[in-house]
Amino acid sequence: MVLHSLKNCLWLPCVLRTPKACFRSTASGGLIIQSVSNDIYQNLAVEDWIHDHMDLEKRQVLFLWRNSPAVVIGRHQNPWQECNLRLLRQKNIKLARRRSGGGTVYHDLGNINLTFFTTRKKYERMENLKLVVKALKALRPQLDVHVTDRFDILLDRQYKISGTAAKLGRTSAYHHCTLLCNADKFVLSSVLKSPYKGLKSNATPSTPASVKNLFEEDPSLTPEMLLDAIAKEYAMQHQIDHHITLINPSDETLLPGINNKTKELQTWEWVYGKTPKFSISTCLNMAYKDSVLDVKVNMDVKHGRIEVCNIDLPEQWLPPGLYSKLVKSLTGSKFCPNETTMLVTTLLRVCPQDDELHSRWSLLCENMIMLM
Amino acid sequence: VCIHRVRSCSSIRFIKSKYVCVFDKSALKFSHQQRLFRASAVSCGQIVQFKLSDIGEGITEVTVKEWYIKEGDSVSQFDSICEVQSDKASVTITSRYDGVIRKLHYSIDEIAFVGKPLVDIEIDASKGVAPEEDVVETPPMSHEEHTHQEIKGHKTLATPAVRRLAMENNIKLSEVVGTGKDNRILKEDILNYLAKQTGAILPPSPKAEIVPPLRKTETVPAAPKDKAHKIPVPVSRPVAFSGKDKTEPVTGFQKAMVKTMSAALKIPHFGYCDEIDLTQLVQLREELKPLAEIRGVKLSFMPFFIKAASLGLLQYPILNASLDENCQNVTYKASHNIGVAMDTEQGLIVPNVKNVQVCSVFDIAVELNRLQSLGSAGQLGTSDLTGGTFTLSNIGTIGGTYAKPVILPPEVAIGALGKIQVLPRFNGKGEVFKAQIMNVSWSADHRIIDGATMARFSNLWKSYLENPASMLLDLK
Repeated sequence: MVLHSLKNCLWLPCVLRTPKACFRSTASGGLIIQSVSNDIYQNLAVEDWIHDHMDLEKRQVLFLWRNSPAVVIGRHQNPWQECNLRLLRQKNIKLARRRSGGGTVYHDLGNINLTFFTTRKKYERMENLKLVVKALKALRPQLDVHVTDRFDILLDRQYKISGTAAKLGRTSAYHHCTLLCNADKFVLSSVLKSPYKGLKSNATPSTPASVKNLFEEDPSLTPEMLLDAIAKEYAMQHQIDHHITLINPSDETLLPGINNKTKELQTWEWVYGKTPKFSISTCLNMAYKDSVLDVKVNMDVKHGRIEVCNIDLPEQWLPPGLYSKLVKSLTGSKFCPNETTMLVTTLLRVCPQDDELHSRWSLLCENMIMLM
Repeated sequence: VCIHRVRSCSSIRFIKSKYVCVFDKSALKFSHQQRLFRASAVSCGQIVQFKLSDIGEGITEVTVKEWYIKEGDSVSQFDSICEVQSDKASVTITSRYDGVIRKLHYSIDEIAFVGKPLVDIEIDASKGVAPEEDVVETPPMSHEEHTHQEIKGHKTLATPAVRRLAMENNIKLSEVVGTGKDNRILKEDILNYLAKQTGAILPPSPKAEIVPPLRKTETVPAAPKDKAHKIPVPVSRPVAFSGKDKTEPVTGFQKAMVKTMSAALKIPHFGYCDEIDLTQLVQLREELKPLAEIRGVKLSFMPFFIKAASLGLLQYPILNASLDENCQNVTYKASHNIGVAMDTEQGLIVPNVKNVQVCSVFDIAVELNRLQSLGSAGQLGTSDLTGGTFTLSNIGTIGGTYAKPVILPPEVAIGALGKIQVLPRFNGKGEVFKAQIMNVSWSADHRIIDGATMARFSNLWKSYLENPASMLLDLK
């Protein structure tokens, strides 16, 4: 059942299709909604929207969502440090930066996401996670699941099946967590391994953990079952009907302004540009003709753009004019393979057409681009 | 006591300490319960130490991750000041006051303590802190996406979206009759109010965006099935009138364009244009398209244009040459690496198909497919973008007939292809028939290419395309 106006839901009980049970008790009101979209950006935008526009005083909200393959980094993290960006691009896996803190996670349809919206005063992560564990135990009593003091949920005391993050605003807050049902662990471990060396940054690091799917413990479990069990528990605790309302994150009438939020989450400035300042200090090992050149590279990247760039090339390996043009070109440009490729290939057009020079240039630039 | 003290301004002048903590400690304890705290006490340009409020869950310290303001900036109440992080929770700290930021107590990555000063704000002498009631009427709109509008007022009840709608239409909430619970003002009430005023029903969201349907899939080589009929409708992007000029640095793709075009300026260009009758080619392509599809390849017109160009270059190799910087030597390039101009989201890119002289039309189609998908994904490599010797630009997929293309150094020639139009022409018998006509506009480097060479090349290219069977004779 699709709501015609999420807002109106709060204020016009008489007109609404949501059951009147919603309004039975003003003290422990609740609303359970589920997204019909699997797009990470759209779903993150819904979180933003609820956080900014919904009044959570009388009613708390539980938001259920799943995404097609995506890597989600925390608000203050460094994507180069956290994941294998090359692999992501190759496999067409999206990269998103959420507004909450915490570490990097991999989402696919085998993973479910739960967001608990409350007022800032009622922000209580432990309670939420205990609710999840209770729901899991009600569904499958034999599951050995418990909440750690790091707000993780562990299976068999060993394997992480859920990670948590939160966002607090002036009056409202949300706590969201993942839950692994039957995600692709192989892809998960390969994309969350960063190949980039020599990175120095104060960005929030992730804590790697061994993960396991609930499906491995009990093959009869599906993501739908888990979502349902958790919704049921939430409904019980909030004394509301076990009813899940579907919402479409692209519905501008239901959620005015949502498309702008979705767009903003996709911009390069948000995803990469919000990376805290970091530096790269590494050595390129370039095989040229019969020898191997060790070229030291130092770069400072701020707001995702190269602030400072130093490449320690052997003297006269490149004509000095060209070297300084390269550095000047890179300075201020995005720390991005696509943009760098553009710039370096353009520079090649305006320098002497010498095969030897071209092959050296290509070698150097390809190695530089590998850093991004 | 606190309020009393401040009301008499004269007493404030006697307070000599630099940072006047206007509120005593007991008042601060309730600082997060803004409804209860009538903050009308502050005035007279005093500097207030804004302390970091309680985060919850017993947390006492956080790390400052980002400042949204800097010293000297003016802030309004509820503007975001900074982002702090504590144990997987990211917290947006918003200002409690209107005023000017005078001091940031922490730098990025420093630990900040709950209850200790975060920033010093000089309160606006004229404004003071808006008491809760007034703020409820007209919530300040910050420029950020996160507008903190969950203000619970006691006089006029309305949700933040309703307030925004009212504000956008310059409506005083007090003039609108609320039909919701507790006389709450609903969206319908605002719309009704407006309808009465203007005599029309307004759309629910005045800022409805037009999502441009024209995606940049109209890339140059991917000539649509039917060039004559599928002309994309130009979509006007919504013009957000802010009234201010916007200056941005030239970076990335634009920077590359600036470099290339500045170099191109040095080349003395001359142009040569003609029209090509593609009637037979259109038919041929229709026949061959399904065959290509079976092999998993999209066949556009470009592979034919490219192959014909290569055949032409075999006869006129000077068009596939390069002039050195001092104009002393001309290098005749052996490979025909024909560049294809592509329009992507970020701008113009020109990857090239290598060694067209030894490729079949099908090979070229395969390669074009590969370059297109990499191009739209922003994943073209350096080898795809370098080594070009001759370029074709299929601007006709977007529109236009004749053009004046700019040569891409170090090349010496370029061709721009207009759209295919169905036009009436006379055949050999003097009868009018329907012809598929496309215009081509060549530009060449007049330092080493002369008009006659360009014309002859163009005629040869044209003859291959007007009579595709003749290509068979010269295919290697």
